[in-house]
Parts: sequence; structure tokens; C-alpha cells
Amino acid sequence: MTLMVEAQRVCKSFGRNQVLKGINMQVPEGSVVVLLGPSGSGKSTFLRAVNHLENIDAGRLFVDGELVGYREKGGVLYEMRDKDVCHQRSEIGMVFQSFNLFPHMTALQNVTVAPILVKHEPAEAAKAEGHALLTRVGLGEKADSYPRQLSGGQQQRVAIARALAMKPRLMLFDEPTSALDPELVGEVLEVMKNLARAGMTMIVVTHEMGFAREVADAVVFMDGGYVVEAGSPQEVLVNPKEVRTQDFLSKVL
Amino acid sequence: MGETPVVVAASRAPLDSDPELIRAVPLKHYGRWVGAVVTILIAALVVRLFVVTPNINWPKVGSYFTTKQILLGLELTIILTIVGMVIGVVLGVVIAVMHLSVNPVLRTISWVFIWIFRGTPLLIQILFWFNIALILPSVGIGIPFTDWWVSSNTNTLVTAFVAAAIALGLNEAAYMSEIVRAGIQVIDPGQTEAGLAVGMKKRLMFRVVILPQAMRAIIPPTGNELIGLLKNTSLVSVIAAQELLTKAQNIYARNLLVVELLLVAAIWYLLVTSLLMWGQYYVERHFARGSTNRPLPPTPFQKLRMRFRRGFPEKTRATDQPGPALSQADVREAKGSAA
Repeated sequence: MTLMVEAQRVCKSFGRNQVLKGINMQVPEGSVVVLLGPSGSGKSTFLRAVNHLENIDAGRLFVDGELVGYREKGGVLYEMRDKDVCHQRSEIGMVFQSFNLFPHMTALQNVTVAPILVKHEPAEAAKAEGHALLTRVGLGEKADSYPRQLSGGQQQRVAIARALAMKPRLMLFDEPTSALDPELVGEVLEVMKNLARAGMTMIVVTHEMGFAREVADAVVFMDGGYVVEAGSPQEVLVNPKEVRTQDFLSKVL
Repeated sequence: MGETPVVVAASRAPLDSDPELIRAVPLKHYGRWVGAVVTILIAALVVRLFVVTPNINWPKVGSYFTTKQILLGLELTIILTIVGMVIGVVLGVVIAVMHLSVNPVLRTISWVFIWIFRGTPLLIQILFWFNIALILPSVGIGIPFTDWWVSSNTNTLVTAFVAAAIALGLNEAAYMSEIVRAGIQVIDPGQTEAGLAVGMKKRLMFRVVILPQAMRAIIPPTGNELIGLLKNTSLVSVIAAQELLTKAQNIYARNLLVVELLLVAAIWYLLVTSLLMWGQYYVERHFARGSTNRPLPPTPFQKLRMRFRRGFPEKTRATDQPGPALSQADVREAKGSAA
């Protein structure tokens, strides 16, 4: 079993506020992990650290066996050059709560811009691939629409297609449905379920308990910068051992 | 009051009876009529003062309008504007990026640059560059520790044109950098993250994600700057660069047609400014793509053409039935030109 993500006692502070207090986590290749917890519990920060959008203060974080953002040589850590950080990021897809599509580009351009300009794929091939991806998320018809002409659910599906276009080995979802109207949540979750079935390794921060129960291989409950409880959906969601988990679930469910 | 139960009633209107369309008597805007009459009176007075007057020789304005000297001056004015603006925009973007950099050295350099070139009068800067030879008699380049060295007399190198171009360009860069910085800072940080998350390097991300969006905020004040620069070129008359105003002054110094030649220059400035405003409209449209959830409205030119094709339908009022819908071709055309 290869580990896609391995966190060893990861710590992170913003000024005096310590948001991650030693997170240990192992995410095997092909598994789906749901991070659960109240706001401010550090789950989003952890997700961003995996993509090196935040650097960590202590501990070690590996993606696909490689240290994130640093190179270790003879017991000394060296900061990675911008180029190498970008290369690491290009193998990790990320989907944001607020979509963050590029508003001045059409849906298709959003999906093809990185393959063309980062991976230097030929434009025609990237466009064909982009069309295929948009079709896969059910938006083949919307290739020429601008993000502001799409509903929230459609925008988030374009954002997923944009991340997939880089052929990532790992997908990170940061509350992908929290900004959506209730009736649009389903279409995004459906795309994510299909992705999970196709064997993608995924770490998902979400409050969608149904999704966690149905799709997750493991659920991690975080609070106050710690991992409080981790296990199968059955263990954490149905029979939680910790009081804090029970407390949180009673408020959410 | 509190005891009365609140009754909410809602139902669907029966399908067979459409409610009658509202046909109200429009508000009467008497104030507008009074205002229009007063304005027309004032305009007539102004026309009488400037046009129907023996003190301005309009035929002379016409005859000097396209003389060779005036056109040469206009040419230099336009060239100085273009050179100054190109230096201003390119350097301005660089300074703005330096200003927002995490690198303290770059931040300091940009701060000092803006401090000096925005903080001193443009007139002094023009005179300073023209007289640079007083502190730097010759300039040269060479390779240190070798004999290779090329140098030149500063006075032959920095002509009135070069001094004017440098002064206008650097001064413009200081202002442009602040405009660009404002434009960049408007962009949601999520855009930066999304760009980085798909593996873009910072420079690529800035070029394809941030700058095109910042352009929307940057263009209107840049239009201001361009028009301001066009007129500021007249300041270089102090170093006898032969731009439009200097040429006009030279001519009226000889024939004393002061007002006529100032009018020639003013009308030319106004014409070029109008041209720039027209161009700005289309540039703004270009960067507005994707900014709304509907296609951009047609340009005045497109409206005119649609009108001709439709054969001038009767003027529609808000209270009338909606006018003939745009044909598919019209909409496609409007979209196409927006892209």
C-alpha cells in the first residue's frame, strides 16, 4: 500500500494562534478521506498545507513520498525553488469553496489554460481533452460560457474539470458545496462520487454527512488543531467514542 | 394588534386572463424644459462671443489648421505622447509589481522612484533632463577591468526630444504604477491561489490571471493619464522641443494671430482626445468580457446598423409592447465583436 499523503506531527501557527497542533495522517493511494470539524478546527489550513499554499512550522508533510515545499539533504531542510513547488502543485488538484474560476476566461479556457501554459500541451489536444472533461462533469454544452453566466453548481463542476485537466494524482476539496444553494449541492457531489469510484485519491473537507457515509473510506474529526478521532464512517459518524465528536455530530445531524 | 393572527394568502393567477398592461401617463418633467431653454440661450451667447465676432479671424484658423509647421508640431506631440505612454505603462507595471513584492529591496526602490518622480513638478523634471549635461558631461558604457569603453558627449545624446521623452515617460511611470497597483489589489486573493494551485509560476499567474482582470480597473484612469499626457507634452515647449503648442506660438510671434493659432492648437488637441476616447471605449469592452451574466450591449455603431437593417421601427416607449426582438444574427454579431 503506497501512501499518497503522509503527515507527521504537522504544526502551523498564524502569529500567536496555533491552528495545527501536531497532525498525523496517512492517506493511502486511491482512498477518500473526509475531514470533519467545526470552523477554526484547522481542516482547511491542513488542506492548504498539503498543496503548499501555506508552509508548515514543524513536522513533516509528504505527498507521494516527496517532502512538500522542501528538500532534505544531510538532515538539513532547503526551501524549494518556485519552479519545483509549481511542479509539485501541478500534480495536486484543488477545488475551492468559492470556486475561484478565472472570470475573464470561458469555461473551456479555464480548463485548458494550465495544460497549455504550464504543461505546454498542444492547444488542439488540450481543447479536445477540455471538451471531454466538461462533458464528463455534464457541461459539454457550456464550453463557451463565462463563469458569471453559470450557476454556482455549474461553476464548481467547471472548477473540478479545471483541476482534473492537469491529471492530478491527488484531489483536495475545500468545502466544495458550502457556497451552493441547497438544490445545486447534489450535482457537485455526484461528480465527486464518480471521481471517487474511478479511484482518485481525495481529501475532502465537507459538512455533507451523506457524502461521508456513502463515499469516504475514512473520516477524520478535527477540533482545535488536533485530530480528535479517526476511523471508518461507521466508527466516527455512527458510533463516535469521543465526547467532542458526539457533541459536534449532534449539532450537525 | 398583537392578537390578530397574520394571514398570508398566495395563489396563482388564472391562466386564461392576462392582467392588463400598465398604460400610465408619463411624469411631466417641467424642470428639464426650463433647463434646456436656459442652456440653449447660454450656448447661443457663447457662439456669438466666439464665432460671430470680428475679433476672431475664423478663415485664418481654417487656413493655418493644416499648414506644414502645425502638422509637424502635431506629429511630435503624438510621438511624444506615444513614447511617454509606452515607457509609462511598461515601467509602471514593473514598479507596481515591485511595490507589491515580498522582496524589501524591490519595495524600497519602487517607493523611492514614486516618491521622486511623482513628488516633483513635471516642468522641473523636463528642465532637469534637458540640462543633465551640467552634472554628467559625458556618458559611456564599458566592461570593467578592460579597455573596452564607448562614451559620448551628453549634450549630443540628450536632445530636446530625448529629454522630453525621458521626463514624460518617467513621470508617467510613477503615476501609472499607482494605478496598476490599485488595479491589482482589487483582484480577489482566491484568483492567485487558484492560479498557483493549477501549477502556474508566479509570473505566469500574474500575466494570465491577475493582469487581464486588473485591466478593467486600470483602463479608465489610464485613459485619463493618456489624455493628460497628450496635453502635458505642451510643457516641453520650455526646452524648445517643436511640438504643437511651440509651433503655434512660433507662428503667432510673427503674425500676431494669437487667438487664432491657440484655437488651431486647441482644436487639434480636442480632436486627438476624441479619437483616444473612442479607442478607450473599445478597449474597455474587450476587457469587460465575462464581467456580466449577459452579452455586452451593442456598440453605438452596431445599434446604428441594426436600426438601418430593421428600417427605423416606430419609437417604442416603456409602456408599449416590447419592440421587435433582436434577431439571432444581431445577437451573434454583438457577441462576436465583444470577444
